[in-house]
Amino acid sequence: MSDRRPSGGLSPAFIGAGTSSFVDFAAAVAPEVLPSNRTAGEGSGAMSPHGTTIVAATFPGGVVVAGDRRATMGNMIAQRDIEKVFAADEFSIIGIAGAAGIAVEMVGLFQVELEHYEKIEGAPLSLVGKANRLATMIRQNLGLALQGLVVVPLFAGWDETTGEGRIFSYDATGGRYEEHAFFSVGSGSVFARGSLKKLYRPDLNPANAAMAVVQALYDAADDDSATGGPDLTRKIYPVVMTATVDGVSRLPDAEVADLVNTLVARRMERPDGPEAPLT
Amino acid sequence: MSMPFYVAPEQQMKDRADFARKGIARGRSVIVLHYADGILFVAENRSQALHKVSEIYDRLGFAAVGRYNEFENLRTAGIRYADLRGYSYDRSDVTGRGLANAYAQLLGTIFSAGGEKPYEVEIVVAELGLTSELDQIYRLTYDGSVQDEDEFAVMGGSADTIAEMVKRDFQPGLDLGSAVRLAVAALAADGGPSATRRELGVDALEVAILDRTRALPRKFRRIRGDRLAALLVDGTGAEVLPPASPPTPAEPVQ
Repeated sequence: MSDRRPSGGLSPAFIGAGTSSFVDFAAAVAPEVLPSNRTAGEGSGAMSPHGTTIVAATFPGGVVVAGDRRATMGNMIAQRDIEKVFAADEFSIIGIAGAAGIAVEMVGLFQVELEHYEKIEGAPLSLVGKANRLATMIRQNLGLALQGLVVVPLFAGWDETTGEGRIFSYDATGGRYEEHAFFSVGSGSVFARGSLKKLYRPDLNPANAAMAVVQALYDAADDDSATGGPDLTRKIYPVVMTATVDGVSRLPDAEVADLVNTLVARRMERPDGPEAPLT
Repeated sequence: MSMPFYVAPEQQMKDRADFARKGIARGRSVIVLHYADGILFVAENRSQALHKVSEIYDRLGFAAVGRYNEFENLRTAGIRYADLRGYSYDRSDVTGRGLANAYAQLLGTIFSAGGEKPYEVEIVVAELGLTSELDQIYRLTYDGSVQDEDEFAVMGGSADTIAEMVKRDFQPGLDLGSAVRLAVAALAADGGPSATRRELGVDALEVAILDRTRALPRKFRRIRGDRLAALLVDGTGAEVLPPASPPTPAEPVQ
C-alpha cells in the first residue's frame, strides 16, 4: 500500500478467514499505523514526556487501580492532569508508566485488540489471554524501548472464571508476571510499594482499598519528584478505577476528592501518614 | 482447442442473478426495523452459535441472509474495516455510509467478475444516528446495489410476504416490545395471510438492538433468554398472539 492511511475499499486481505487479532491484521494490511513498526534515534527518550506511578491492589470482590496525574520531561513537569489509567474493556484496567506518547497509543491499540477479538469471535478473551496479548504487544515495542521509549504497563481485571481480581506486571522485554495482593510500577513505585506493605490488608472493603492506593500515591509523590501529589488548588486528583463482577467503573471525582481531603486533613496532624503497629 | 460458446452479457448477468437469488431464497428471513430508541434486528435462527446479526462498531450493526461462510466473510471484513478506520482516524469517523460503499464495491466486483461465482447473500448495514432522524438502514444485494430503507428491511426466503406483513402494522416510534412482537409475528406468517402461523419461541429467534439510550459507546446489544421472553409477552401479561390479520381479501400467494 502506497497510501499511509487505509483506503476506502475492502481489499482481498480484509476477506476470509485469518486472524482474530487486530494487531496481526494491521501488521499485514497497514503496518505503518502500528507503534511497533516505527524506528526512533538515540536519545528519543529525552524528547518524550514520561508518565510515572501506577498502583494496584486487590480486595475481596475485585481490584482497584490508581494513577497520579503527572507527566515529566527531564526535570520539568510536562503535564499536570494526564490520565494514565484506562478501562481496557468491560472487565479489565490498564495503567501505564513510561514514554507517554507511545504508552497512550499502546493503550488505544490494546483496547481495539480486545474489542476486535470479542466482535470477531463472539466471546471475550479470558483475563489471562488479555494479559498475554498485552505481553506480546510490549515485546513488539522492544526496538523502541532500546531507544529509550520504554512502556511499562500494569494490567488488572476481574477474572470471571476464578471469581477474583488479578494483577499482572510486565518488564520492557514483554515478560509477564502475576502479582498478588498489590503492586506498583513507575518511578515512584518503590515508595508506593513500601507504603502499601504497611497499609494493605487482604480483607479491605472497596472504599478502604481505594484509600490505601491513594495513600500509596501520596507517599510516592512525597519522595519522588516525578510523581504528582493531589493538586488541591486545581482540584486535580488521582484517577481511581475498580474492576468487579459488575465491570469496570471509575470512581467519580467527587468521591476521590473526599478520599483526598480526608487523607490531607489527617496528614496535617501526622505528615508521614497512618501509623502501623510495631508488632 | 475448444472454443467457448458465446453467451450474451445480458444472459450472463441474468444467470448469475438467478443463481444468487435462488441461494438467498433458501434461507430463513431477517427483519431490520426502526423503533423508538434505535434499530431492531430480528432473525429466525435456530443456532445459538452461528449468528446472522452482529456488531460491527459502536453504532453499526450487521445482518445477513444467504450462505453462512460468505456473509461471515463479509462480517469479518466489515469489523476489520471499521476497527482499522477507527484506530487510524477517530471512532466518530467510522460511518455506515462508508461501510455500505465498501461492501457495495466488493459485492459488485465479485458479481461481475467472470472467474468467481457471485455471493449468495443479502446484507443490511444499520447505523444509529445521534437522533432517530439520522438512523440509517442500508440494504445491499448480491450484485452490489444499495438501497436506503426508510422504515424497515426484510431479507431472505419469503421476504415479499413478510414485508407485506410488516408494512401493514409498522408505524414510526414503536416501543421495543411492540416492534419485537410485530417482527416475530411477521416472521411467523411467512406462509402468507391464509396459512397458519408457525410458533417462534425464544430458541428460534436471534434478536439484537442498536440502543440509543445505552450509556456506553458500544450501542449494540443482544437480547436473549428471559429478557426476550418478557418482550414477546406484551405489557398486559397475556401471551402474545400475533395480531390477527384484519380481514383482507384472500390473495393468492405465489
